[in-house]
Amino acid sequence: MPRIKVPRKSTAIDMTAMCDVAFLLLTFFILTATARQPEPLPVDTPASTVKIKLPDTDIATLTVGHGKVFFGIPGQDIRRSLIEKMGTVYGIQFTEEEKKRFSVMESFGVPIGNLKQIIAMKGDERNREGLQPGIPIDSVGLRPSELHQWVYQARLATKELHNQDMRVSIKGDANEKIPEIQKVIEILQSQNVNKFSLITSLRGEDY
Amino acid sequence: MAELDTSGGGKKGGKIRTKKMSTRVDLTAMVDLAFLLITFFMLTTTLSKPQAMDIAMPDKEVKDEQQLTVADNRTMTILLGSGNRVEWYMGSVDKPLTPPQVDNYGRNGIRKALLEKKKEVIAMTGDPAKSLIVLIKPSEKSKYRNLVDILDEMAIIKPQTYAIVDIFEPEIELLKREGLYQ
Repeated sequence: MPRIKVPRKSTAIDMTAMCDVAFLLLTFFILTATARQPEPLPVDTPASTVKIKLPDTDIATLTVGHGKVFFGIPGQDIRRSLIEKMGTVYGIQFTEEEKKRFSVMESFGVPIGNLKQIIAMKGDERNREGLQPGIPIDSVGLRPSELHQWVYQARLATKELHNQDMRVSIKGDANEKIPEIQKVIEILQSQNVNKFSLITSLRGEDY
Repeated sequence: MAELDTSGGGKKGGKIRTKKMSTRVDLTAMVDLAFLLITFFMLTTTLSKPQAMDIAMPDKEVKDEQQLTVADNRTMTILLGSGNRVEWYMGSVDKPLTPPQVDNYGRNGIRKALLEKKKEVIAMTGDPAKSLIVLIKPSEKSKYRNLVDILDEMAIIKPQTYAIVDIFEPEIELLKREGLYQ
């Protein structure tokens, strides 16, 4: 009996086209990816099933965690106008250099008196954990709290520059005690911001 | 394909031929790597964007003037206690229509009670527009996670309306009795 020989085929495929496509996609994704900003106050956000994405512009983020509150707002023009406004409210003169440096600060949490020190620091130094003590949220006498002023002046700046109502989002740590969150909400409500967003991470399907 | 012709120029008798080398490279490993990176960048770009849960709080100033009266038998009060537990009852705190019950969060906990009560209330009023009203009362001992969990529950159940309200002393007593105020 003659053996039937199956002709052996080469298993090598031409990968050139596949490689081209893969690198094209890779380039696209690298370019569209936004670099994650280092956060001075890392928080672990609670999970939820909502799937509405957070907008990118005109939204201030109040980060609440470990009993501290940090404030952040996107947009260099807005931050610049914000520090000018805060300077007039608290009677602090900021130099042109300081304004420029502040306008690239993503998020911060210091009393207004220490703001100059933080501005003078380098980026990685500034974001060291535990360095910034948080923005004071208690009102002193008849003066509203500093957080109140930050939010209020940021709303003014957003309205002036972008003609948009600033939205407020709260990014709370999952294990933060309720009273701390309620204090922040109260500050927002005292200036008639009754609608805001809670930032959450995505939860698995079968909750 | 892109193979170079290296055989030209050898017309004379000497015939010194350079050896023909294949220019093909094995691209398998490169493609593997490229796809790995693609997957990574795809997942990080789409997943890094945080989710936003919109909530609206009642207006502070007008609250005192127009006290909204809500029907007892349609109102469910949920007290958020410590240890990731909740306590709920129907009606008002001094005359609850159902005795206060302790429950967990999630699918097998408070959601069952919420769905059941929503059905009952709709059957009672006979009008799908007149459905359950939920009052959420976070106690000082609960965590922020609990508040988000219960708001998430509201997004799933969709009661007619819900509100976050301050907790009262008798309700703290209820939580204390069940050991949920530690």
